Amino acid sequence: MLGEFDLEIPDSIEEALELLAADDAPAPLAGGTNMLVDMRAGGTRPERVVSLARLEGVRWIAERDGRIAVGGGTTVSDLLQDERIAEHGASLVGAARVFAGQMVRNTATVAGNVAYGSPAADLVPPLMALDAGVTLMSKSASRTVPLADYFTGYRQTVRKPDELIAEISWPKRGAGMADLFYKLARRKGDAITVTGVAVSLALAGGKCAGVRIALGAVAPVVMRARKAEAMLDGQAPDAALIEAAARQAAQECDPIDDVRASAEYRRHTVHMLVRRLVGQAVEHLR
Amino acid sequence: MAREKTLTLKINGRRETATLPSHRTLLEALRGMGHVEVKSGCEKGDCGACAVLVDGAAVDSCLTLAWTVEGRAITTVAGLGDADSPHPLQQAFADTGAAQCGYCTPGLIVAAQSMLNDNPDPDEDDIRLALGGNLCRCTGYTKVFEAVGQAAMAMKARGGDS
Repeated sequence: MLGEFDLEIPDSIEEALELLAADDAPAPLAGGTNMLVDMRAGGTRPERVVSLARLEGVRWIAERDGRIAVGGGTTVSDLLQDERIAEHGASLVGAARVFAGQMVRNTATVAGNVAYGSPAADLVPPLMALDAGVTLMSKSASRTVPLADYFTGYRQTVRKPDELIAEISWPKRGAGMADLFYKLARRKGDAITVTGVAVSLALAGGKCAGVRIALGAVAPVVMRARKAEAMLDGQAPDAALIEAAARQAAQECDPIDDVRASAEYRRHTVHMLVRRLVGQAVEHLR
Repeated sequence: MAREKTLTLKINGRRETATLPSHRTLLEALRGMGHVEVKSGCEKGDCGACAVLVDGAAVDSCLTLAWTVEGRAITTVAGLGDADSPHPLQQAFADTGAAQCGYCTPGLIVAAQSMLNDNPDPDEDDIRLALGGNLCRCTGYTKVFEAVGQAAMAMKARGGDS
């Protein structure tokens, strides 16, 4: 059973931000599919909770200024039903399809998946590989942080207690770009990720450009394999180079042993999955 | 602020009033109000036994705070049909023998209805994707997929009846 707490259910983001600005820093609760489980297990015991479940005007998907943006209340299911997401974030759709189960997808928000800060959050590697930015809003200010800089440690983020994620956006995709995601887990649905890999790259004149390799569940935070990216950028990708970059990505990650897999296995799967996904992206663009 | 409030919930088309504390989940509230067709399983969003429709979309009622769904249309499996007048999904589950112990069945039917609300013409992949959050420990999935496929066809033949 859940412990007791004060619960407020504002219906506008302004009202929610006003509540969050209070000195006692109440806990914002979005879909609740992580946090209520945590609270029931005694992991978090907030005195005061601000539910975001009834906020109006926060559940939307938009295309503007060359970017695709989703509102703070947009659910994981919403990603599966939108043509613009399919066109400009195939890897994100891939992640949404293997995200928990239908009921959780119908409730969990994209912003909540980011805000919770889990290294195994499935939407984060594709969003990071897509160069997403996170717009945080407080009662008095708004700022946009690159998702790659959003996580500061295991379940630690740059979000201040009085801020909410108002939107997450990324640049539209053009011809000659490919993005892919693979979730390694025991099953396709309803499983926690062992290793998640997202790759995004472009091929221009036979050479790789804008390479992004984001790794999930193999470090305290979702991380980019920047050295591996640099090995590929500006180069014509052949099998030997892709193999070397994949090996480099496996070296850069920092996995742990846990109930789902050993660190050694996770590192091995980073090697295999980066090689596979970069190869597939290149293949797809040739 | 108060930690208890009296609210009106719209359950299976009827308005019901209950006085509930803020930490009460929709699952606990529904069962406490006699809607015991909603089952309690894992209580952490893994098993789907507690699924109900909120405004037509299936959610895990164990991860929904009752206060947050005030005024929304809540539908349990019993709101879809009953033994005298079964919903096509309920009929198809019975016809194909898609239930063994039956504990997961209410959640499976609710999850299937949620999918059909968006997609009246699902293929097997769509059905598997939609039911990925419902666990059956008697391992009866094959007949469940069959039942949902049959029900979808029956509903289409009847002109989108739900």
